[in-house]
Amino acid sequence: MQLTEEKILEWLHDVKDPEIPVLSLVDLGIITDININAESVHIEMTPTFVGCPALDMMKNDVIARLTKAGVNHVDVEVNFKKAWTSERISENGRKALKKFGLAPPPAGKVLLEDLDILEHVACPRCDGTNTQLKNPFGPTLCRSIHYCLDCKEAFEQFKPV
Amino acid sequence: MNTAALIELLYKMADDQLILGHRNSEWTGMGPLLEEDIAFSSMAQDKIGQSHALYQLLHQLGEQEPDTVAFTRNAGQFHNCIFVELPNGEYDFSLIRHFLFDTAEAIRFEMLSRTSYKPLAELSVKIRAELRYHTLHANTWIKQLGSATRESIGRLQHSLEAAMPYALGMFEPSPLEKEIISQGIFEGEVVLRERWMNTVAQVIGQTQLTLPDWKLINPVYGGRSGKHSEHLQPLLDEMSEVFRIDPSAEW
Repeated sequence: MQLTEEKILEWLHDVKDPEIPVLSLVDLGIITDININAESVHIEMTPTFVGCPALDMMKNDVIARLTKAGVNHVDVEVNFKKAWTSERISENGRKALKKFGLAPPPAGKVLLEDLDILEHVACPRCDGTNTQLKNPFGPTLCRSIHYCLDCKEAFEQFKPV
Repeated sequence: MNTAALIELLYKMADDQLILGHRNSEWTGMGPLLEEDIAFSSMAQDKIGQSHALYQLLHQLGEQEPDTVAFTRNAGQFHNCIFVELPNGEYDFSLIRHFLFDTAEAIRFEMLSRTSYKPLAELSVKIRAELRYHTLHANTWIKQLGSATRESIGRLQHSLEAAMPYALGMFEPSPLEKEIISQGIFEGEVVLRERWMNTVAQVIGQTQLTLPDWKLINPVYGGRSGKHSEHLQPLLDEMSEVFRIDPSAEW
């Protein structure tokens, strides 16, 4: 079998974030490098948040998926060479998040000194910005909690970093 | 590079994160508001995760596995400052400690994003970005409660004065300080302390709280060389209880 980066990416599209089962690791932007050497594949990954407890599970899922596809030797290295920022989420990923009911982080580079971006996040239900930040911390490290004054419902955002 | 100096720096940072992470986790289920319960629990998870990443760097430098290092040392082998091991006290003390500690951490990791040790520089960029949520949280509450009612201002003022000698203990100089600075590993505790004082004064200046006179405060040192208060060993006993019963347990 001739392994190519395209093929590997296609397989890795099947591996989803265990907490957001509609979002692939590729669209989430945590696969940072793929090195193919004949029959073996070396993958580099980086967590969304350093303390992400789902990382080991995702690492094992990557190995399982590529093994199932017939790759003889897979190893996964976790590092911070290309540290994850919310800018790494693809356009497809942002759409998937919204469909799942999570407000995507703002597109583009996030200047975090300016945390006003956390106020008035667009509601994933009505798209309105008549919303308030309730808590910069949420049910997982990567989510914040907001409230839509129009829908009168709480929602979560995938946090910009 | 002077590996001994680098190892010393990494241990004290990792131990600070681990011990304060554990203290933060003690607010889980006990927070004064549901949202604060979530905030302190999330910050606990961040800090313990960050300590794990730092222990991982130490492991790459030849130290033992992160779990072994975290769960099998006694108090005298920990290098955290005494500030982080103090009991949570009431919410006002936890909030003041969170503010004073995370302000220093955010500056420390910003400085370390320029360290000559590349794996630490890469990790520091990442941790610095996450800590912005911690300082945002701390600053928001200090500004609100520091200008709210007589009770909230009085409580924070009292905790600020009680915390300050311990907070200055965060900057206890290392015996290897010269090597750390000359080799470009870190610009040093003195530079960090100056920048921290400015930031703390700038936030407190937006409240009705009064900063104590820096010159009159005697820093509480000792933690960096393993001389701790009576509070650390009981914390470690609790933290490592499961590990000590069954070192192969997974959870």
